[in-house]
Amino acid sequence: MTIKEIQEEIVDEFAMFDDWMQRYEYIIELGKTLPLIDEQYKKDENLIKGCQSRVWLHADKENDNIVFTADSDAILTKGIIAVLIRAFSNQNPEEIMNADTSFIDEIGLKEHLSPTRANGLVSMIKQIKLYAIALQAN
Amino acid sequence: MSFDIQKIRQDFPILAQQVNDKPLVYFDNGATSQKPQVVIDAEARYYNEINANIHRGVHHLSQVATDAYEEARVKIQQHLNAKNSFEILFTAGTTFGINLVANGFGQILQPGDEIIVSHLEHHSNIVPWQLACERSGATLKVIPMLADGSLDMEVYTALLNDKTKIVAVNHISNALGTINPVKFIIEKAHEVGAAVLIDGAQAVPHLKPDVQDLDCEFYVFSGHKMCGPTGTGVLYGKEQWLNQLPPYQGGGEMIKEVTFEKTTYACLPHKFEAGTPNIAGGIVLGTAVDYLNGIGFDNIVAYEHQLLEYATKRLTELEDIEFYGTAKEKASVISFNFKGIHPYDVGAIIDKLGIAVRTGHHCAQPIMDYFNIPGTIRASFAFYNTKEEIDQMIEALKKALMMLR
Repeated sequence: MTIKEIQEEIVDEFAMFDDWMQRYEYIIELGKTLPLIDEQYKKDENLIKGCQSRVWLHADKENDNIVFTADSDAILTKGIIAVLIRAFSNQNPEEIMNADTSFIDEIGLKEHLSPTRANGLVSMIKQIKLYAIALQAN
Repeated sequence: MSFDIQKIRQDFPILAQQVNDKPLVYFDNGATSQKPQVVIDAEARYYNEINANIHRGVHHLSQVATDAYEEARVKIQQHLNAKNSFEILFTAGTTFGINLVANGFGQILQPGDEIIVSHLEHHSNIVPWQLACERSGATLKVIPMLADGSLDMEVYTALLNDKTKIVAVNHISNALGTINPVKFIIEKAHEVGAAVLIDGAQAVPHLKPDVQDLDCEFYVFSGHKMCGPTGTGVLYGKEQWLNQLPPYQGGGEMIKEVTFEKTTYACLPHKFEAGTPNIAGGIVLGTAVDYLNGIGFDNIVAYEHQLLEYATKRLTELEDIEFYGTAKEKASVISFNFKGIHPYDVGAIIDKLGIAVRTGHHCAQPIMDYFNIPGTIRASFAFYNTKEEIDQMIEALKKALMMLR
């Protein structure tokens, strides 16, 4: 599936929830099921420095695609990363670089975009795109 | 005077608000307090009726504005029991006041001199002193914290020596609520001839400091944490110390005579008040001080203590709660976590339920490092909060824990 198709799928899923509580419960669930990052990648260089919670993001190139793994010490943040990984992992660098990220607004996570919130989704997305640029060059 | 909580709550229009369709429960008073209607009205009245630049015009409005600004200075002088009104400098806030003093010391200190801060400090009372050390070659010493969040006074006494030039500590810790034994700290510092700066940012909403009784050289605080406007603050300094410190910012109003060869500075307090100040802010801070004194600090302290005890008791009912800062002398601040749960997760969920608390490191990372935690959930109470609101927080926390476990 393309990034756009996956994003549409995620938007559809979140549309089923009536209120924030169901949405948060789902994010928490996603956070719990996020595949574990290899411990060796939970190092300071992979840390996205944020205001409130820590996020480690690692990228590998497999064939022509980029595979992301990540972790966070806050479960909501981890759930949000799970959403991002689902949208962007296993895609080729160029598509990641050019991907639109407005689906975040549509699933009601906009408040997490604020830089004082957790890591700020913004810095996570920025880091994902930076990895794409870096790994495309390789 | 009796303490009528319902009447007091009506003074604060913002408290009637709904957040995420829930009644707002505002427990982030350590970050900033809400403003009573008299303060909001005073801000409007300034711009409606007396706005003009001060200390320079000969016209009527300028005189009215100048008088109001200087009256506010006198109000604050009386509130702090300072000897002279010119020892009260209007600033942009606590951070500005500390920087002003630290910058001055950075120019006066010699290599080998020592500055003492404490492990309990907010970043604003650490970084300016580090800059002063870099500039002067002085060394920074730190009073360690004990496990209950109080300061180790034995080590403090041992740190003091004739190289100690200034001690900078907070009156009340923002992250833990510990009330520090500032009077003892000041007395001990004076024995070795060191000056003392007290960061009163978290203290002024809860108590009325008497700077002559404390005998500190400097006392700084912000207006916005004590029902006043943002961007206001006060630096109290003893006359001889303010005379000794070099000016911080150059500009209009702080000068006596300017030629291109040499400028001489104005007398106190104008030497440190360059440019057009926050005139409305200063005047309205005076209104806020009047408002708080009208309620009475004895009433405030007694009522907030009840809130603290009630909240502590109710929180203790929750499973796996861990408290940080359990010193005997504490202001109405509770810092806590739940075992295995990140404070951010709790804060984000209870926000959805209308509860405003602070989560994070509270700009006091050394304290978090001491406890080896990323941050805490901090509920800080003001005299306009209620036990019912504490009950609402407890219900919200229970819901959050259910979702997160």
